[in-house]
Formats: sequence, structure tokens, C-alpha cells
Amino acid sequence: MNVPDHLRYTSDHEWILLDGDTVTVGITDHAQEELTDVVFVELPENGRSCDAGDPVAVVESVKAASDIYIPVAGEIVEGNIDLEADPSLVNTDPYGAGWIFKVRLKDAAAVDALMDASAYKGLIG
Amino acid sequence: MSRSLSRVNNTIHETPLAPLHIELGAKMVPFAGWNMPVQYTSIIDEHTAVREHAGIFDISHMGQFFVEGDGAEAWLNSLLTNNVAKLGLGEGQYTIMLNEQGGVIDDLILYREAEGRIFLVVNASMIDEDFAWMSKYLPEGLDLKNESDQWAAMAVQGPHAAALFTELFPDQALPPRNGMASWTHEGELLMVCSTGYTGEEGYEFFSSSANGSLWFQRFIDAGAKPCGLGARDSLRLEVCYPLNGSDLSPSHTPLEAGLGFFCDLEKEGGFVGSEILVHQKRDGLKRRLVALKYTGRGAPPRAHYGVFTKEGEQISELTSGVLSPSLREGIALAYLPLDHAKIGSLVDVDVRGRRFEAKVVKKPFYKKA
Repeated sequence: MNVPDHLRYTSDHEWILLDGDTVTVGITDHAQEELTDVVFVELPENGRSCDAGDPVAVVESVKAASDIYIPVAGEIVEGNIDLEADPSLVNTDPYGAGWIFKVRLKDAAAVDALMDASAYKGLIG
Repeated sequence: MSRSLSRVNNTIHETPLAPLHIELGAKMVPFAGWNMPVQYTSIIDEHTAVREHAGIFDISHMGQFFVEGDGAEAWLNSLLTNNVAKLGLGEGQYTIMLNEQGGVIDDLILYREAEGRIFLVVNASMIDEDFAWMSKYLPEGLDLKNESDQWAAMAVQGPHAAALFTELFPDQALPPRNGMASWTHEGELLMVCSTGYTGEEGYEFFSSSANGSLWFQRFIDAGAKPCGLGARDSLRLEVCYPLNGSDLSPSHTPLEAGLGFFCDLEKEGGFVGSEILVHQKRDGLKRRLVALKYTGRGAPPRAHYGVFTKEGEQISELTSGVLSPSLREGIALAYLPLDHAKIGSLVDVDVRGRRFEAKVVKKPFYKKA
């Protein structure tokens, strides 16, 4: 199970990559393996201001639609439009080309409070 | 035998094949009170395997009834919509059990196994209700048996399904489409019916409960890919086969569902619910179960999503929906009022507040080349 060390994680199986005052968010290898074939991704609306924990996107497999929650408070600044043509990127490259959205952080310190790789590995067992 | 596992207040059954599914890595989900495999690897891979090669589904949760005695055929003709008199020995037909208001209790397949012996395969969710309904109408002199617990059943479907059967049973011919055969193999009674729920060639195979896993594994070893309920649903929806409990229910007649072909309204003596159908045919239908296909890319359609006119008025909801693996398009079924049910009519499907356009199209969505 792939759990990159440089990322942060949530108990909802999202990963977070910090870059200055912006984070990129996607779902983990564990999550995409549980979902199997991702057939559609509903991206969040750009410009939307959110509180941590708000449901902002939806990842759909054949059988189910799963909510994706924004892990930290901030403004949605970009969604991965490549997922419109090829939602399976979430399965084939969950930490790279399968990224889902970017957030301009309200408070950069909020990322430090998120789980690190070893804590996430402990969570998924 | 099926085992019942109590969980808190729910009793969930398991087919005799459940341990094998788990060993094969299946994701198990509750379905109609049964713990069933929804997928083993990927729904799309399993769906594709059935369309291109051969897949095998555990259908042991379904019900198997036998009706025996002189007059079995005539009695079932008075209870079910299709005409049993059309069948020769060893032949079967799709038929429907209606309530007295002409609504659907269950859809099922009936086989004339032998003179005065009829085999019925009913939906898992309706075993008890079908049995109670039939018992209520059962006349003196006929025997109705529920043998659901005694049989394991599996559907092998796909262009190579027949070849797999011949490999396992070189001396046993598959019956023609909709037919059934039974034979003894090394002391075990087996049955095979040339029917299916996928739109592909194939059959449903019945063995003793005790040997179900052995046979399932033998078909896999011969080349059938294990497939779960997820693929079963996407396959049947692509060919517009209705699902009882979603597309069929007591609230709709089979005429509204487009199943008039399986309702013989000329049968002498009629059948339970036939008067309602006769009136409905005379007066004209007010709504019909139509096939809807998205006109563009959109969030997958699913059961219960609202259907709206282009002007924004809700007129219905989807009864079934999926992103078709074979067509890569959103496909769905819904009962629409007659003026919106014409081929080419445009509607909007509501998914979490967003609207995606869909068009009424001819059935089926998917046809073999």
C-alpha cells in the first residue's frame, strides 16, 4: 500500500500536499483500491470558501457516490479538469495525475495538525 | 442448506458458496437479506468478461419451486400472465405473477420439466411472498414445493459459456434457448436452463447445495470469471431487463413496463389481475417504462434521481440507472407520462442539484454486433 512520506492525511482517506499557502488534495491509494473503478468525479466550484470538513467534491464508482471533504479551511482555487475526460486517473495515479482540487489556505498551520504518513499507515493497518 | 446468521435484529442469509466468494476476494454486501458478492476485482472488468468471454454468478439465493400434479399447467395459467400451453416438455418461458390490482408481485421463469411437473425460478427477495401467494391459490390435488434451500445455482454467461459447459459435460447437450434439462452425474441430480439475465448466451446451472462450491470452482477452472451483483446489474440494464423491486413493483402493471408480450390476455378463464390489464389496454396507458440515455457526459444516473421536463417540472424518478461499461454513457429506466414517453423526447435528470439531459431511446441500449 502506497503511503508517501511527504504528504499529510485525513481519516477520510484524503492526502494533502502543502506548497506555500496552497494545498493540493486527492484520495489515497487505499481509498481508490476500496472504490475500484472511478467513473466520474464532480469537482468543487472554484472560488468557494469552505470550513474544514465541508463536503466539496464527489468521487463516483459504478455502485456508489462518495463525498470528498475539504481537510482544511480555505478557498477552492482549482479543480483537476483532466478528471473530466479520464476519471480513472484517480485509480491509476492517485497521488499524481489523479489529484482532485487545490485550496488557498486560510491558516497554513492547520496542515500541521493533520495526520502524517506513519499515523495514516497505522490507521489503515 | 442456506445458513442464517443473526446480526443484531437482522437475519442475513448466506448461500453455500459464501466462504468460496470470500476466499476469492469478493467484496460482500447485503442484498435482499443475503450476504452476496458485489464484485471480486472490478465491476467493469467483470462486466467486460461476460460480454467478451464468460463470467459466472452465484444465484443460489434465488428460489426454486416445483408444482406437481394433474392440472398443474392449467392452474399456473390462471395465476401467471404467460401461456403455459405454448410450452412443449423441457421448454420454459418468462412470466409474471400479479396481484389482484394487476400490479407485479414477481417476475420469474417457468419450465415444463415433465408432464404434470413444473419448475419455477423466482427472485430471492420474493421467495416467501411468492410461496404464500401461490399457497393461497393452490387447489386440492396439486403439490407446491419450495426447494430453494436444497439447490445451489450459478449463471454462466458469455460467448464462451457453452464451450465451458461442453468441457465439463462432454456427453450432455445444452437445451435450446429457454429450455431445461436434468440429468444425473456421478449420482448427483443436476439441472441446466438456457436462460440468463445478461443479454449474452449462457445458462443457469443447478446442483445440490452441498456441491455448489465444487461446481462454481470447476467452472472457474474451466475459464469462467467470477462476477458479482454489480456486473449483473450493469449487464441486465444495458439490455433493458427489468429488476423486480425497482423497475417492476405492485404500483405498475406489466403493460406499463412494456411486458405485454408476456401477458396472454386471450387465455381462457383469464388470470389473476388480467381484468385490470384488459381495461388498461382498452383505455390506453397513461405512462410507460422508457429507456433514457444521457445526451452528453454527466454524473452517473442512479435509481431515485428525479426526472424533470426541460421546463423544470418534476415528472418522475429513475427506477434504475448506471454508467454503462459497454457504451460509456449514462443509461436509465423511468416511468414517464405518455406525452414524454415518445422516442426522442428530452428530459433532465437531477443529480445532487445538477441537471443532465437525457433522451428517450429505443430498447435495448446495447445490442450484440
